[in-house]
Amino acid sequence: MKNFENEMKLEFLSKSSNEAFARITVAAFASQLDPSLEELADIKTAVSEAVTNSIIHGYENKIGIVKLEAKLIENEIIIEISDHGKGIENVEIAKEPLYTTKPNLERSGMGFTIMESFMDDVKIESVLGLGTKITMTKKIKKQEEDEMEEESLNLITKD
Amino acid sequence: METKFFEKDKLLVLKITDEIDDYSVQKIRRRADNEIERYMPKRVVFDFDSVTFMDSAGIGLIIGRYKFTNMLGGSLEVANLTQSVKKIFEMSGILKLIPIVSLDEYKV
Repeated sequence: MKNFENEMKLEFLSKSSNEAFARITVAAFASQLDPSLEELADIKTAVSEAVTNSIIHGYENKIGIVKLEAKLIENEIIIEISDHGKGIENVEIAKEPLYTTKPNLERSGMGFTIMESFMDDVKIESVLGLGTKITMTKKIKKQEEDEMEEESLNLITKD
Repeated sequence: METKFFEKDKLLVLKITDEIDDYSVQKIRRRADNEIERYMPKRVVFDFDSVTFMDSAGIGLIIGRYKFTNMLGGSLEVANLTQSVKKIFEMSGILKLIPIVSLDEYKV
């Protein structure tokens, strides 16, 4: 069994006013890993996309429960966002950039593309009629590593 | 959202002051369309200087306003993109259609 360093769970109603609440909560939790501002922005955006999907597509604006779990293991954050909504018919097609089932509502179809490029790993599990679970992982670079890289760069430029 | 209209250049600057997500975008969209219809500008510039967060809802917002201003005979541009806003716009490819401009000559 894995030994988790820290863990949190959150449940909230599928109202789009909760999107900001969800991403800000995850960001506050993730800050324990001392992420850079850019890493934090990436995490917030990916969470916002996943939660929006649950609300808009999973529950189609009906009221349901969105579950959010986050774990910190060493220098990684693992975020799980799940709903008991209608599920995704074809995950591969849903992941295509610009694909959207709701183009008339000015949806860009970029949600999964953003999650995949902002996080290190994204796993989508979905069963029609039962719901969807997104598991996203991001490795937080140690700030010391950044400094060391800068130092070695300085050395190279000195030579 | 803060609005400024420069009569001489028929330029409408729409400065977004909220975080942009699926929730806030509905209000921003309504206000922007109202202002565009009211001033019938030649140029519409969205100013992102005060935007602290944006997800893919921002892409839909800009594409939608791009179509709307084009339909009314105007053009759409964006200004003061933060690093994270730029990253999302670049990913979507919309910067090929919509130029980034400077608002330095207009005091906003």
